[in-house]
Amino acid sequence: MREQILAILEKNSRIDLKELAVLLGVEELDIVNEMAAMEKEGIICGYHTLIDWEKTSIDKVTALIEVRVTPQRGQGFDNIAERIYKYPEVTAVYLISGAYDLLVTLDGKNLREISRFVSDKLSTMDYVLSTATHFILKKYKDHGTILAKKYEDEREKVSP
Amino acid sequence: MRNPLADKAVELKPSGIRKFFDIVSEMKDAISLGVGEPDFDTPWHIRDEGIYSLEKGRTFYTSNAGLKELKVEICNYLKRRFHLSYDYVSEVLVTVGGSEAIDIALRAMINPGDEVLIPQPSYVSYEPCAILADAVPVIINLKAENEFRLTAAELREAITDKTKILVLPFPNNPTGAIMEQKNLEEIAEVILEKDIFVISDEIYGELTYKEDHVSIAAIPGMQERTILINGLSKSHAMTGWRLGYACGPKEIIAQMLKIHQYAIMCAPTTSQYAAVEALKNGDEDVKQMREAYNQRRRYLLYAFRQMGLECFEPYGAFYVFPCIKEFGMTSEKFAERFLAEEKVAVVPGTAFGDSGEGFLRISYAYSLENLKVAIGRLEKFVHRLREEQGRS
Repeated sequence: MREQILAILEKNSRIDLKELAVLLGVEELDIVNEMAAMEKEGIICGYHTLIDWEKTSIDKVTALIEVRVTPQRGQGFDNIAERIYKYPEVTAVYLISGAYDLLVTLDGKNLREISRFVSDKLSTMDYVLSTATHFILKKYKDHGTILAKKYEDEREKVSP
Repeated sequence: MRNPLADKAVELKPSGIRKFFDIVSEMKDAISLGVGEPDFDTPWHIRDEGIYSLEKGRTFYTSNAGLKELKVEICNYLKRRFHLSYDYVSEVLVTVGGSEAIDIALRAMINPGDEVLIPQPSYVSYEPCAILADAVPVIINLKAENEFRLTAAELREAITDKTKILVLPFPNNPTGAIMEQKNLEEIAEVILEKDIFVISDEIYGELTYKEDHVSIAAIPGMQERTILINGLSKSHAMTGWRLGYACGPKEIIAQMLKIHQYAIMCAPTTSQYAAVEALKNGDEDVKQMREAYNQRRRYLLYAFRQMGLECFEPYGAFYVFPCIKEFGMTSEKFAERFLAEEKVAVVPGTAFGDSGEGFLRISYAYSLENLKVAIGRLEKFVHRLREEQGRS
């Protein structure tokens, strides 16, 4: 049941719990209990909204920053990752295999704000060897949702 | 000028769905629950394989029976999903959708005057195809009290000395009925005793919500007298690709192949390449779509219960078949009024045979959001009808 609940919630966290129970053919109480348990276990970490900021009048720039760091003895990358993710403007930090170590995503009002963060905060940290900043120009798809296109039903309206 | 037309063609009844279709297409803002095909797009990896085959210039005919690679994958699939063993060389024929397979199976097996048993309500093409093949169609009217399953008694009663073939349309369009293993075993006994053949249309075989679909060909003694028809239209959301297949005893497949070769040549090549990918790597897509259908099915049954609309629980395909007898009007009248007054199209049960009278086919090949809007309107309509009844 957990897998099915998560599959639905991941697409629509605002779903009515009674409706969720109908869809899965179980009792509403079971859904409530299961969700509470998953929240407690940290499986469900939040219920967020996917926003296409492009369509608003709010200025927003997103950057992906590749960061190469020297891992610390006994800490690996955890310590440095923590120092980075504590900044509220940082939206994600991933440890990555390959040519660099950490992938940091960052939201800012404009390019200047982001470059200031990179030059003042990020690249001056101990253990950070180098950074490479990529600005996102257009989001086609985010969190499994295609942002650009609207779905239209082109099927014949009645068919055998 | 002489009459250019064949009586046989002229006398064929036009599809009951057609008439409705014309009204609906003129109504611009109507929403529809009348579609008999998936709302999902064909999964991208399958479409991509079709595109790739075009890019590679694979625009030739394939061999008449279909690409070897595809026939092999069909056999692997049937083994994996339904525990059936077929020889890809002689027992598999790739067709232009399941529809072609139905047509040529009948044409390959019927002598003039042979009787073909057609349980109804069912898909609209069995009866006309039987007539075109010079068979005498004999309708078995399935009953709501049996959840529209075919019983051994009904079958036995319909069989005469002239009966040659039973068309077995399960999981069923339009009722959503399935035949479980024990149901199949019961009718198989009659089939073996009376020495008749089966054309089993299992195009909805992937869409069952109780237990996995069981093919009649998997019942002991039945494979040698069954033409199994299936395809990728419903399972992999590939209706427009027109790709189906027939499997059966090599003697029958050989004759079907002859007709197919002269009438069709081969199934579309692009579709065949896409189908290889679908059968090789598409099981997970099928599972996800099935789960989505199942959620909508539960939602509709719940909504019907809430509004007090009688409906048996269907375990297959993507249709529910609620009963509207309480309103004292024909299915067609109900569907017409519902469309006119609430702008929602559903298909009257009678489009699938007389025994569909008093029922509606509602398709859940729609997003949940669409279904909710449509069901909201149905509820309003049902309320109004009940009020009218209360007044009179």
